[in-house]
Amino acid sequence: MKKIRLIIAREVKSKLANKTFIIMSILAPILINGFLGIMIKMSQSEKTEQNVLVIDDSKLFRDKLVGNDFVSLSYSNAKLEDAVASFTKKNYTCVLWISPNLIEGGAGATKLFYKKSPGLAFQTFIKDQMERIVYENKLKANNIDPAIISNSKQNIKVIMERVDEKGNTEEQSDIRLFGFVMGALMFIFILLYGMMVFRSVMEEKTSRIVEVIVSSVRPFELMLGKIVGVAIVGTIQFLIMGLLTFLLSALLSTIFLKDAKTQLDSFNAQQELVKKNGTNINLDQLEKFDDKLKLFDMLTKIQQINFVEVFVCFILYFIFGYLFYSSIMAAIGSAVDSEADSQQFITPVMIPLMVGYFIAIKTIMDPDSSAVFWGSLIPFTSPIVMMSRITNGVPFWELLLSLSILFVSFIFMTWMAGKIYRTGILMYGKKTSWREIGKWLFYK
Amino acid sequence: MPDILQIKNVSKKYSNHIALNDVSINVAEKAVFGLLGPNGAGKTSLIRIINQITGPDSGEIFFKGEKLNPKHVERIGYLPEERGLYKKMSVGDQVLYLAQLKGLPKYEAKKRLTYWFEKFEMQSWWKKKIEELSKGMQQKVQFIVTVIHEPELLILDEPFSGFDPINAQLIKNEILELRKKGATVIFSTHNMGSVEELCDNIALINKSEKILDGSVKEIRKIHRTNTYNITFKGNLLGFTNALWTGAEILDKNTEDDIHSVTLKLLGGVTSSQLLQAILPICEIHSFNELIPSMNDIFIMKVNQGNEVAGTKSNYTE
Repeated sequence: MKKIRLIIAREVKSKLANKTFIIMSILAPILINGFLGIMIKMSQSEKTEQNVLVIDDSKLFRDKLVGNDFVSLSYSNAKLEDAVASFTKKNYTCVLWISPNLIEGGAGATKLFYKKSPGLAFQTFIKDQMERIVYENKLKANNIDPAIISNSKQNIKVIMERVDEKGNTEEQSDIRLFGFVMGALMFIFILLYGMMVFRSVMEEKTSRIVEVIVSSVRPFELMLGKIVGVAIVGTIQFLIMGLLTFLLSALLSTIFLKDAKTQLDSFNAQQELVKKNGTNINLDQLEKFDDKLKLFDMLTKIQQINFVEVFVCFILYFIFGYLFYSSIMAAIGSAVDSEADSQQFITPVMIPLMVGYFIAIKTIMDPDSSAVFWGSLIPFTSPIVMMSRITNGVPFWELLLSLSILFVSFIFMTWMAGKIYRTGILMYGKKTSWREIGKWLFYK
Repeated sequence: MPDILQIKNVSKKYSNHIALNDVSINVAEKAVFGLLGPNGAGKTSLIRIINQITGPDSGEIFFKGEKLNPKHVERIGYLPEERGLYKKMSVGDQVLYLAQLKGLPKYEAKKRLTYWFEKFEMQSWWKKKIEELSKGMQQKVQFIVTVIHEPELLILDEPFSGFDPINAQLIKNEILELRKKGATVIFSTHNMGSVEELCDNIALINKSEKILDGSVKEIRKIHRTNTYNITFKGNLLGFTNALWTGAEILDKNTEDDIHSVTLKLLGGVTSSQLLQAILPICEIHSFNELIPSMNDIFIMKVNQGNEVAGTKSNYTE
């Protein structure tokens, strides 16, 4: 036992001292959060002041286009040529020109002149307003009251409720995508740390240190120490990444989503009000959140995720799934003695992982298919597939069965890997085949 | 002297060949034991079984009278033929780690490591990575790893390969010193010169079977061929006549007026009788018995074995 501890300690120390490891653990959360931050940032309106001179030759928009906190509009009857010529001297940031035949359509009917490129959000802000005004104009031209049109529009939200065996219903949050992300993460983690074990075993074999070590400890102890050592490294890395991601995203959300949260609260309060009072409510008094609905939907879904359940399952499936696959990786790592030969052994191990990944994709579309069911029980795919299902609500017995199968399989696989490993690490100079590996299982 | 190691009827089979076939060897305590044999004979298989890296299919091994078990690994030191250390780990950490795996407490390992580093004048290597050292330096580190836990039984597989003559001598001296301190050394080698120099006893393995064992002196004595070399001054014809039918001349040559004759005694004639016969005739400068070297015996025995043997083993050691 003391010797296994020594082996684990060495494995952990050598990996933690590795520069790539440190950089990876810190850089990955920063990149992910940075990416998310940019996405959110882009979806929000810019805070750049825009001072726009509008030259409306169509006479449709005068005083109908309105600004907001950051956009101020002023109208002018000047000619476009003059306005553009004097543009640089004036303190307008943009000149918006609308052609007289806008209503007939056609490209180039509207032009925006600028000094510094305005953001996408500003462009959308102007464009959406213009489209709405043209739309209402056209309706009016046909004697249709725009209010009729807007009142006949209805947003429909389907609420999913699962009925279990006892007849209890439970509202299901439609957050399959989140489950898939968990499954994909599992795939990456198992592969990453499995490969770490593989490389570590191969390195010991090719540097020939292994014969010195197995003259002091049993090969099985060496293998186990290595696997556990990498598992600890993996957990440390997972915690670093998790903590860093949590901190960064908390930071990001206070910066970007503070408004969104208060808005979401008033949106929810408003919905309650509508539910209670039915149509006896003055619609004009309601705040309009149309442009925020997507974001609200996302936030609501995230709030519905049972993070504790997901976290516990992730850890359990990661540990057993990792142990299962890293045993296989250790066994095949012992069988090869050069990087060049390793591919033919890694590919067959990759295939079930890839299958699991594809079933996880299928879970998004069809979470109750039999492929998903069996995929979440078979140990080769269950860590990935089960994680992708977890947010859809999995019956407890299925979860328990799947974990038990995985547990028993990992014990069996480790035992088998130990037998292969013992012989494999001392075999040099021969190209190994699967048949050969099969024979090693039966050596004394 | 009691035996530190008794190997009894050990056999080991791999899927397509037999590595060891019913091998029994006793290794005497506090002596240097040579395990000899051509490549692929089964030496490394046997050494791995003694180190409990693999198990025998049948047969038993006793270490100081106890059946070999995992506790014994701490009392055995092993230098494999293919040397290897962690390339990216520092010399100090590495030796400490491997010493602890052999059961040494850390402080003790540190103390002994300091002693060895001073002895080999390599104190400055402590923080260096193995990959920064030359091959000879790595070998020294590996030797320290093998002996740092002061094993009672030291197993060295081809210990001199890869050493330059100066370092080889250094290691030779260490081996002899360790023996003086009471360790038993088993080493396998092809270098027959070092066998005669170092070994007290040997076993010769060929084609997975033991074909010869015993003390080096005994073996050479047994393989004596009654061959002598005599150099003398005098009449060569007279010399030949004096031998008459008592000896057969194998080789002769003359330089200036000194003759050198190699001859084999026939039919129970002793060396004293020979000397008596030739003493009156010539002036003897030297008289030597030509005892076969271990090299000769090795080649002879292996060739004998090969003439009888069937298919050649293709197992790589």
